[in-house]
Amino acid sequence: MRRLLFLLPILIVAALVAAFWRGLDPARDPSALPSALVGKAAPAVDLPGLAEGAPRLNLAAFKGKLIAVNFFASWCLPCRAEHPFLKQLTAEFGVPVIGIAWKDKPAASRAFLAELGDPYAATGADENGRTGIDFGITGVPETFLVDQNGIVRYRLAGPVTPDGLQNALAPAITEARK
Amino acid sequence: MSRAFVMLAVLWLGMMPALAQEAQLSDPTLEQRARDLSREIRCVVCQSQSVADSDADIAREMRTMIREQIAAGKSDADIRDYLVARYGDFVLFDPPFKASTYALWIGPFAVLVIAGTGVVLYFRRRAQEPVRTRALNAEEQDRVAQLLREKEDGA
Repeated sequence: MRRLLFLLPILIVAALVAAFWRGLDPARDPSALPSALVGKAAPAVDLPGLAEGAPRLNLAAFKGKLIAVNFFASWCLPCRAEHPFLKQLTAEFGVPVIGIAWKDKPAASRAFLAELGDPYAATGADENGRTGIDFGITGVPETFLVDQNGIVRYRLAGPVTPDGLQNALAPAITEARK
Repeated sequence: MSRAFVMLAVLWLGMMPALAQEAQLSDPTLEQRARDLSREIRCVVCQSQSVADSDADIAREMRTMIREQIAAGKSDADIRDYLVARYGDFVLFDPPFKASTYALWIGPFAVLVIAGTGVVLYFRRRAQEPVRTRALNAEEQDRVAQLLREKEDGA
């Protein structure tokens, strides 16, 4: 027993080394938050349509389909960066993307889509940002994968990148289609 | 003198919590509740600031939302639950005591108890150890005698 006590400091140091090693991992984002919504029903969305004369955006209309819900804004630079990959999400994986313009003037969002092209199957304007809070977003862009039953399967905080598309969204899509 | 006063006033204005500068609820008790609650909610972008102190866009929106829900008659617990369902326990500055937060709550006390036990054991053991004494050997006795002589000579 006395002998074992001598091992204690070594064990403590080993545990600290492991903890610090993990902290030094460049792939770890210390400010990343776990999403509380994954595995739960997506919040109801009922927003005015973004395009002029468009009907209201209601997520219930997409029940039975695997969809991606993407929050964006015209003032958001990473949204510009992720834009081409949203099209890829539909073209390559067959997932329609619902665009929600978060805390943005509808006219500005419309101009943004007119300039870059509209990758969305449907769009809504969340001018006061309340729907974003309902989804628990911390900023734009964020993308949620909502399955056939309306359950949130995956949350990608930050822009959709080729890497994120192949290594995070693609497996989540396959998983959701099972 | 007056310049110093103006500078202090400007500083003070700058330090006022962001929420004092917005539309408030007309009922002061409800407004107070909204402010107290805002102080308990963590801003999800700045993370070490409360929603009450943060000037981030989303924090402003959360303050407005808290005011609206309070005005709509929701209880503090309802609003907390609403936010926790979306952002997790992380959003509370005072996280609940449950399995996933045991380490957070108990950890510091566990370290204190372990360290305290170690210190107590160490001193108790030291007190129990007999003070070892032995007679001086010849060399040491010579040295003592020499030192004493030197002292006498000096005096």
